[in-house]
Amino acid sequence: MSDTTAHEEPELIQLLTPEGELTGHPDYPLEISADEVRALYRDLVLVRRVDSEAVSLQRQGELGLWASLLGQEAAQIGSARALTDRDMAFPSYREHGVAWCRGIEPEELLGMFRGVTNGGWDPHEHGLHLYTIVIGSQALHATGYAMGIQRDGAVGEDGSAVIAYFGDGATSQGDTNEAFNFAAVDNAPVVFFCQNNQWAISEPQGRQSRAPIYRRAAGYGFPGMRVDGNDVLACLAVTRAALTNAREGNGPTLVEAFTYRMGAHTTNDDPSRYRASAELDEWKAKDPILRVRRYLENNGLADDAFFASVDEEAERIGEQVRTQCRALPDPEPLEIFDEVYAEPNVHIDQQRSEFAEYLASFEGAGAEGGR
Amino acid sequence: MTSKLTISKAINAGLRAAMEHDPKVLVMGEDVGRLGGVFRVTDGLHKDFGADRVIDTPLAESGIVGTAIGMALRGYRPVVEIQFDGFFFPATNQTFTQLAKMRRRSAGKLSVPLVIRIPYGGGIGAVEHHSESPEAYFTHTPGLRVMTIANPEDAYWGIQQAIRSEDPVIFLEPKRRYYEKAEVDTGTAFDDALSMGAARIARPGTDATLLAYGPMIKTALQAAEADTDHSLEVIDLRSLAPVDYPTIVESVKRTGRLVLTHEATLTGGPGAEIAARVTEECFYHLESPVIRVTAFDTPYPQSRLEEHYLPDLDRVLDGVDRAFAY
Ligand SMILES: Cc1ncc(C[n+]2csc(CCOP(=O)(O)OP(=O)(O)O)c2C)c(N)n1
Ligand SMILES: [Mg+2]
Repeated sequence: MSDTTAHEEPELIQLLTPEGELTGHPDYPLEISADEVRALYRDLVLVRRVDSEAVSLQRQGELGLWASLLGQEAAQIGSARALTDRDMAFPSYREHGVAWCRGIEPEELLGMFRGVTNGGWDPHEHGLHLYTIVIGSQALHATGYAMGIQRDGAVGEDGSAVIAYFGDGATSQGDTNEAFNFAAVDNAPVVFFCQNNQWAISEPQGRQSRAPIYRRAAGYGFPGMRVDGNDVLACLAVTRAALTNAREGNGPTLVEAFTYRMGAHTTNDDPSRYRASAELDEWKAKDPILRVRRYLENNGLADDAFFASVDEEAERIGEQVRTQCRALPDPEPLEIFDEVYAEPNVHIDQQRSEFAEYLASFEGAGAEGGR
Repeated sequence: MTSKLTISKAINAGLRAAMEHDPKVLVMGEDVGRLGGVFRVTDGLHKDFGADRVIDTPLAESGIVGTAIGMALRGYRPVVEIQFDGFFFPATNQTFTQLAKMRRRSAGKLSVPLVIRIPYGGGIGAVEHHSESPEAYFTHTPGLRVMTIANPEDAYWGIQQAIRSEDPVIFLEPKRRYYEKAEVDTGTAFDDALSMGAARIARPGTDATLLAYGPMIKTALQAAEADTDHSLEVIDLRSLAPVDYPTIVESVKRTGRLVLTHEATLTGGPGAEIAARVTEECFYHLESPVIRVTAFDTPYPQSRLEEHYLPDLDRVLDGVDRAFAY
């Protein structure tokens, strides 16, 4: 079998090296102030802190599960900071950094992982759809939403765009590939943002795709590129360009953010069963936060006081997450029957009142009454 | 040779026995290889049988079932793992339009001896889509056999029966019971004469029949133990399609009462069909209507509510009380 394209070394778009050197990129010029870089640094540190706090809360039994974003902070912050209020984002379940940028309070995120809610926020208010667990589904929703924007005439100057987040594993799903095709044939204003973190639970990326993921876009008829997913500036610049393109009516783009899942798949997972720790060490050298810090330090753009204040803020947020998580109330039992239908429903109404009666039968019965 | 095995380990041992017995048996699914599956049901098989027989597939359920159909057409006997109940749904087209109908539309020239293993049911404190009970979709589809298990012994033999069946089998594994242990005799040879559709009287009784399957068997047995006023006969259905009506009807004719319980939702659930059928066949023997104790007709709730949503011991006993109120 010969496949020449698959063996060509893909270009990795990078603006900031792991050593913290700002090289820039001719196709993606980025004018960015020191203030803005410091703000990105703050985002990166704070979401990592929220994330690590959530991992601890799971260990303490306060959360049922947590899917850590460790290692993917730059991909998420860079891409989400490219969004405007008019844009809409469709996340998978690991996009805590995106949620942060869309103004979701950390405790709203934790609710789903604690099991007190299946959603948590108002998608319209935040321009962020709910987390989607069934892999690939949201790529089609994002595309359909973009087709709606198009039909509203909301492309062009001051236009809107949509971004769909998914992983390398998701690129195997029919839904994701159908989304690529629907977006292409309608030239819909959607950016497909694939975080290739090299793993789908225990399966390495090579089990999902033989050719580099970004190259799939060419087959569907729209541009695709691979960006250094641990470079927040590259993710920002490339996503911004892709979103602008979409908003102006030039159709979809596939951005493959090449990154690494530094933690377990979720708190239930044990990666030592399937991957070597040397791989992690390799990626630690490309840490998304470290390089921004080096850049700021090396260029005298931030002093010790700045870094100390960000760390302090991170501690405060950690504590806030802890307190707020523990305070999240359990839902009332009869809430089971809420919001199943818009209209009154005879089955649901009957079952609700029967269950209410049943629950009431225990009240005051004490230890003997309730078996 | 008997050994104390969990349900998870017993399925693993059953898969291993089937793979040793027939080189055409292979296992495929997401993370079933090196990881051994998220519940470790395929643990060690990749190491011992190799990547050609234990396939870590791309993440696509339609692809998994669709390619497994193709492999079966080529003479293999694939055992497919769907990682969680809620992730079966991308494979519905392949299962319902292709798998279930292949024998009939080929006038018997094509067999698709495929097993789809699905961990199902709730009670594990999971996030959305990890606690579904989709059995009624399968039992409603002609052409599929639907099996479930409630103990390690049935897990070990049941999976082997499913693999040897010429018909496609949906094999439902009660995930909250995966780690329950019991003795299994793995030393005896596979017995072809064992009926794979047979229900089992899990506990004999005289006053009412309590019918359950899969994860609810444990609860049903606890209910029978707890109800000191009545002698309850517990039947473990084991096969949801076809249903072993002779065993059920014989029991209900003796006891005069039937209480059914499952984690699946009420309306159109497996219990509804059984209730209708038992009413037809036992009408003159029934002392009360058939009582169903099931999940509510709502989506599976967030995990902090699941203890209220799932039928538990109290609700099963309440159902029994209602049957005796007539
Ligand atoms: C349709 C479907 N099948 C299986 C799963 C179980 N599952 C959850 S995450 C995951 C791996 C996803 O990998 P990837 O798309 O790379 O995203 P990542 O978790 O790495 O962010 C799998 C198989 C699922 N959620 N949905
Ligand atoms: Mg991945």
